[in-house]
Amino acid sequence: MEELDVEPAITNIPAASDGKHLGFAWGPGDILAYETLYMAPGCSFIHEVRKDEDIYSPILRKLFNESHHIFVGLQTIREDLPSKNKKTQFVSISKNYRSVIRACMEELQQVLQKWPRNMEIRYVSILLAIELIWNLCEVLFIDAAPAGPLLLHLLDWVRLHKGDVDEKAREVLQSESPAEHHDYWDVPGGTQTLTEFDVKWRHWHEEVDRCLQDNSFASNQHLEIICKILVGDEDTLLEHKELLSTWYHFLVTRLLFCHPTVKPTELHYYAQSCMTMFLDLRSVPEPLDSILLAAFEFDIHQVIKDCSIALNNWWFVAHLTDLLDHCKLLQSHNLHFGSNLREFLLLEYASGLFTHHSLWQLAVDYFDNCPEFGHVYLELQIERVPLDTERKALKVLRICEQRQMSEQVRSICKIMAMRALRNNRLGSALSWSIRAKDAAFATLISERFLQDYCARGTFSDLDLIDNLGPAMLLSDRLTFLVKYREFHKLYEENRFSEAAKLLLSLITAKIAPRSFWMTLLTDALPLLEQKEVSHSAHCPYLLLYHLTCLVYGFIVFCYGSSCKVDQLLTSLIKESVCRFAGLGPEGLGTPKV
Amino acid sequence: MCEKCVNAKYVSQKISKTRWRPVSHSSLQQPDIFATGSWDNEDNKISFWSIGNHGSSGMDEGFEGDPQLLCEHKHDGDVLDLQFLDQDRIVTTSSTGAVTIFRHHQNSQTISVSQRWPRVHRYPCDNAPCTGVVCSSPEIVTVGEDGKIIVFRADQEGVIRVIENADSSTIHAVTYLRTTEILTVNSIGQLKLWDLRQQSNSPSQILSLSGDRLPLHCVDRHPNQQHIVATGGQDGMLCVWDVRQGSTPFSLMEAHSAEMWEVHFHPTNPDHLFTCSEDGSLLHWETSTHSDMPSFLQGGRNNSMISRSAMAPAGGNQSLISTWLSGDSSKGRLETTHMLPSQTLSVNSLDVLGQCLVCGTDGEAIFVNRQVPV
Repeated sequence: MEELDVEPAITNIPAASDGKHLGFAWGPGDILAYETLYMAPGCSFIHEVRKDEDIYSPILRKLFNESHHIFVGLQTIREDLPSKNKKTQFVSISKNYRSVIRACMEELQQVLQKWPRNMEIRYVSILLAIELIWNLCEVLFIDAAPAGPLLLHLLDWVRLHKGDVDEKAREVLQSESPAEHHDYWDVPGGTQTLTEFDVKWRHWHEEVDRCLQDNSFASNQHLEIICKILVGDEDTLLEHKELLSTWYHFLVTRLLFCHPTVKPTELHYYAQSCMTMFLDLRSVPEPLDSILLAAFEFDIHQVIKDCSIALNNWWFVAHLTDLLDHCKLLQSHNLHFGSNLREFLLLEYASGLFTHHSLWQLAVDYFDNCPEFGHVYLELQIERVPLDTERKALKVLRICEQRQMSEQVRSICKIMAMRALRNNRLGSALSWSIRAKDAAFATLISERFLQDYCARGTFSDLDLIDNLGPAMLLSDRLTFLVKYREFHKLYEENRFSEAAKLLLSLITAKIAPRSFWMTLLTDALPLLEQKEVSHSAHCPYLLLYHLTCLVYGFIVFCYGSSCKVDQLLTSLIKESVCRFAGLGPEGLGTPKV
Repeated sequence: MCEKCVNAKYVSQKISKTRWRPVSHSSLQQPDIFATGSWDNEDNKISFWSIGNHGSSGMDEGFEGDPQLLCEHKHDGDVLDLQFLDQDRIVTTSSTGAVTIFRHHQNSQTISVSQRWPRVHRYPCDNAPCTGVVCSSPEIVTVGEDGKIIVFRADQEGVIRVIENADSSTIHAVTYLRTTEILTVNSIGQLKLWDLRQQSNSPSQILSLSGDRLPLHCVDRHPNQQHIVATGGQDGMLCVWDVRQGSTPFSLMEAHSAEMWEVHFHPTNPDHLFTCSEDGSLLHWETSTHSDMPSFLQGGRNNSMISRSAMAPAGGNQSLISTWLSGDSSKGRLETTHMLPSQTLSVNSLDVLGQCLVCGTDGEAIFVNRQVPV
């Protein structure tokens, strides 16, 4: 394990009274802390400690949703595109992410204008910093501009963020900026090469320098200062420190006037020295400063690491790392626990999202794009989503089915079916069992129906039983239920021979539960008396034969085999055969059974 | 259709329902205000939005700007369904089993609760989510997971009528067939017709698919031909039924790859139909009537849909045969277009009026299209 870089943060639990011991348990993203028994008795509370409050901010929610859309789009960029096209696409995606951040910032500022003491004010500086860092990463890593355009991009970068920080200073600075020299800035690579530009620039620089040495501007102090700035005189620049509120602005200004053709690899020398010069010996570099410095040094991993520590929420590092990984800028660098950096950060971010009551749906797509552990994480997390309504359960089910998570499907359907059963919604329970293809549960439901029938003599929920269609084949018991109801319908409609045939098939198929054998028997007897049945060729004999077997088996089952049973059985069969044949009980000898 | 016409507005809440405020038929105005309901939040809300269409006739571009939030109000539980009762009032149904009427005060841009029936849908020991509502002022009909159909009147306390155990499974949606008849769809794939004039607690007709009994989630009736009904369900198939004849759908069309949440005929141009689904797509179906031969006599199948039934309807006049009942896309008479950029999360709801379409997604975005080609 690596050593800790920073002190762990301390969270006070305000509701916990003094002197109480606290126990705790880890949740998927939060901690539950509870007061234990070990001190004086009193009212005990359970406290939920949320690590990440950012996901509960309504304005930041837009950031999460919009960036999710961009993320999903990024994953579908085809691998086989030529790298030049891909680079343009990646830059455009990076700009998309940044515009989302800016949109959030603008909205925050609008909200703060109306309600200045809103809690969300702390996000303004965080979003500013995030955009600053992302922009620099885009310039240095993604766009990877060569010397020449590099400085222009850096100029844009500083101008964009300078404007955010200090409107007033910007006005002043603009009046001093070398606007009149802008026509120097034909972009190298346009009409002239870098070398040509360099030569011209050196020539101009020497001239200005000579003018200063000659004291040509001695009469006008302002003009002299401007000249000194144009030459890149460090002391003059430092004198006007308050106009250049940050060291990186100082850096870019100095580069502008001293080394406009700076190469990317030389940046970090200047960055380090500018930072040292700008900051007093007393002031400590803030986390933002060291992150920017690491970026100038092209140390991507250090940037990501520092950002992870400095920020509360994984959003920034997860998305930036994912984009850099697509640009093939991250060395594949396995971590101690098996996955790579990109996947680790995405998993952390998505796990955090999953603890949110609403944003969990976004997390699913993030898990999908983590090839090694995403599936496992999703399986563990999706079971924890509370299912208050059927609609939500259907959405969760769809997610599971699309990813072949059959165990979760079965488990969710079972929960919903049990709930429906408890509320006596047999149709709902059945529809959930059909979805999960859960034969065992379908059997359970059918038993409930049959019990109801035995108790009341009629079927409930006929609209369900009469209209099941092929779904009735899900379980034997269910099939029996449907067919038995059909038998009743046929009987009521006086279609006796069909009813008899159906009953016969029910008995021969042996799908009737034992508890129903007596009932079937009772149903069969009056049927035998119907002329229609008794006069048709095979049916009644077969029926009688099977009934006989049924009765014998039933009685043996109930009473065991014995002499008394045999006697009982014999007389029963004798009586029924006689009734069938229209003979009196004495009309038959004792048949051999 | 132009992609530029559709813009996403992110609203920090998952949208379960969107509905346009009705415009009076006499004026040719485009709709201006729509209402949305959220779900799956700790604090759910209903909101009213404006797209600023106040009679201004076409700008060059499809969108003049985002919908603006006018006002919002807290809602107890998920908003499972939402309908405009009249110009100022909406009825919502909640996952807590409550039915509420909210009034939108246009002058002050505030919302107040006008009437509430808490816990009307429930089990013996628990609340049951109320899944659907349809209204024809002042009558309101709701259905729920408890299988009940309940009839209310706005401005009257209590309920007018309860049909207990109307269904042994969850009823997902309800719509009017005629002024006194309603249609419900349930989670075992049945379409049931109820005559509210009769006191019996059983449906007057039950229709169902002949294959697997998959849940049906939405239903809508053709605005002019009242026997034609469209439904959508769990498998994303669009079914068109003729309720006068047969107990199975007239045609089946593969529409989506996941649950279809809503289906709507265009109210004034019913050759156009719109469906939205869990798979994140919103489809615009357009049928045309250019053939001389009656549609049902044209044979042919293609592998993307199945067409059934070749019975001539009573009356036989071919111009009355709706082209929806043929569903024959192989002859180029049925066109389908995607209306949203790909890769959105589930589109839960849509509404279309005039040339304007609004929909809401689980990606917490609302899309408005002001130039629907109808």
